[in-house]
Amino acid sequence: MAGLRLEGLHKSFGAIEILKGVDLALADGEMLVIVGASGCGKSTLLRLVAGLETPTAGRILIDGRDVTGLDPSARDIAMVFQNYALYPHMSVFDNMAYGLKIRGLPRAAIRAKVDEASALLGLEALLERKPRQLSGGQRQRVAMGRAIVRDPKLFLFDEPLSNLDAKLRVQMRGEIRRLQRRLKVTSLYVTHDQVEAMTLGDRLLVMHQGVPVQLATPTEVFEYPADTYVAGFIGSPAMNLLPGVLGRNGTAVTVAGTEIALAPSRFAAPDGHAVILGIRPEHVVLDPSGMSWPVEIVELLGSEMLVHARRGGEASLTIKIVHGPAMSDVIRVSFPSEHVHLFDQATGLRLTPAGSGVPPS
Amino acid sequence: MERRTLFPGRLLPALLILPQLLLTFVFFLWPAAQAIWSSAMREDAFGTSTEFVGLDNFADLFADPLYLASIGRTALFCACVTALSMGAALLLAVLADGEIRGRAFYRTMLIWPYAVAPAMAAVLWVLMFHPQIGLVGAWLNRIGIVWDYKLDGTQAMALVILAAAWKQISYNFIFFLAGLQAIPKTIVEAARIDGSRGVHRFRTIVLPLLMPTVYFLLVVNLVYAAFDTFATIYAVNGGGPAQSTQTLVLKVYLDGVVNANIGSSSAQSVVLMAGVIVLCALQFRFLGRKAVT
Ligand SMILES: Nc1ncnc2c1ncn2[C@@H]1O[C@H](COP(=O)(O)OP(=O)(O)O)[C@@H](O)[C@H]1O
Ligand SMILES: [Mg+2]
Repeated sequence: MAGLRLEGLHKSFGAIEILKGVDLALADGEMLVIVGASGCGKSTLLRLVAGLETPTAGRILIDGRDVTGLDPSARDIAMVFQNYALYPHMSVFDNMAYGLKIRGLPRAAIRAKVDEASALLGLEALLERKPRQLSGGQRQRVAMGRAIVRDPKLFLFDEPLSNLDAKLRVQMRGEIRRLQRRLKVTSLYVTHDQVEAMTLGDRLLVMHQGVPVQLATPTEVFEYPADTYVAGFIGSPAMNLLPGVLGRNGTAVTVAGTEIALAPSRFAAPDGHAVILGIRPEHVVLDPSGMSWPVEIVELLGSEMLVHARRGGEASLTIKIVHGPAMSDVIRVSFPSEHVHLFDQATGLRLTPAGSGVPPS
Repeated sequence: MERRTLFPGRLLPALLILPQLLLTFVFFLWPAAQAIWSSAMREDAFGTSTEFVGLDNFADLFADPLYLASIGRTALFCACVTALSMGAALLLAVLADGEIRGRAFYRTMLIWPYAVAPAMAAVLWVLMFHPQIGLVGAWLNRIGIVWDYKLDGTQAMALVILAAAWKQISYNFIFFLAGLQAIPKTIVEAARIDGSRGVHRFRTIVLPLLMPTVYFLLVVNLVYAAFDTFATIYAVNGGGPAQSTQTLVLKVYLDGVVNANIGSSSAQSVVLMAGVIVLCALQFRFLGRKAVT
């Protein structure tokens, strides 16, 4: 097993720059999840690591060895594709054995490895079937098996679960995590699904339009989003982002004409600075003496409800409450200051708590 | 989405397919019936009287060593044309499928031969391989290889095979290219990641997935070589020298039109018709196989 390093990776297709400089280091056995909206360049990044595309600039090192110019066949990696990419004319056994045969392993060794992998994945009874005779979940397992049998240095997953139905997705998610922990293979996992990202990764890399915007543990990403993009992308329903102006020595923000008090000196920015106040829907509390918001829509989600409110046209607010009182036309809420995030309105970057020593970059 | 238009009544639908039916009748059914009819007749040497002879023409045909030789020759011709044109087309399609500079231009050029009329194509080949004035033919003679397709039967056969195969490469190329592009990219990529390279990857992944196209083209090419190369061969050297390039289709024409042996020529036509029917049946079966992979 081995680590992975990406150094200043750029990729352009023609005049369009898709990846604008990605630096990344994965420790041996780590699982890193890359998450971002569709089209942000996740697959492109994975294909660069696999060797299916050539970077415009930058280096890729697997296990300390520079593989940037190498063919995929020489990189000793395995990849699980979104559409599985099983060989349709081969049986499940042959699909898994293909890579081993190419390496010239003796028959008995191939048999042993395929048997071991298929036992791990519960595929023993399906070895003679063709891919078209399998269900989506089974195909997914075969694709995993094909990756496992080769004992690669690196696993690459490109949205491997997005073709499965919701229930199977949750089950396979758990299985992938279990397998990865057990086999301790360094893994790069790409998804646009934030729940998958939060549950699977040791660390998370959030990408936005070809730029990595935050690399941290899932908890950190959730609790301290680096900018408004991450804040809006991670968490469901999305964090409320309200434009406002900082005042009173950084202890208050004025949003839609109402001043909201913050814990003293938490944010490093001059008064009068245009900011964005962020608060998650589940952190907003009902408060009879709080700010009043005209209600637009109420959505019932079983035990919880979502209230969408709008004030003065531009500011909209979503609130998640467990057991609502009879809904009036106006709700009064307050924003507990320990849950308030502040971002710079011009750059979108997080305004770090004052005194933490880290200047807002 | 599928759109279906239903026409009311019987008269209008009948009227709409009438032109096609008429064409089929005038150019196919009627001549076919006439061929079957005259295959059972024999004219006397002066063409003044005909008599009904049943299957005698067929019996004579299969007892005629010249006819049997022509069958063998046609089989050889078909096999060579099919192998050559499919092989060359597959190679070109594999090259054109890759990431190469100016491939749109390259692909267009490859499709052009299909638009050239068969007789023109034949003239082109004759001009190239003419023993005295042909670029290639004269060169062969200059470097000491005695080349004259008008005297040497084997050379004549080689030339018509070349000309006929060249004409069909474009068609095969289009189908092979489409077949290659229909193979999901990720399957080939998965094989690359599995460590598979070059010829091995082509043999174990690409070719098996291309088999439906191969089957289809095999039948189409056999049909083409057997029945659709008349113009090419006739324009090169009219089936000569001697009968060295006289395939079955040429023989029908030469015996019937040139030598005016209508009875035998008609019997040969009927045999060819049977051949076409068999090949068409095969083709439908192979087309049905497409859904397998
Ligand atoms: N081979 C290619 N040629 C041109 N553009 C491409 C190519 N592959 C991907 N792109 C573009 O790069 C962008 C990122 O694609 P991709 O990496 O697949 O995004 P993601 O996987 O995050 O959804 C998209 O806008 C896509 O259109
Ligand atoms: Mg993708």
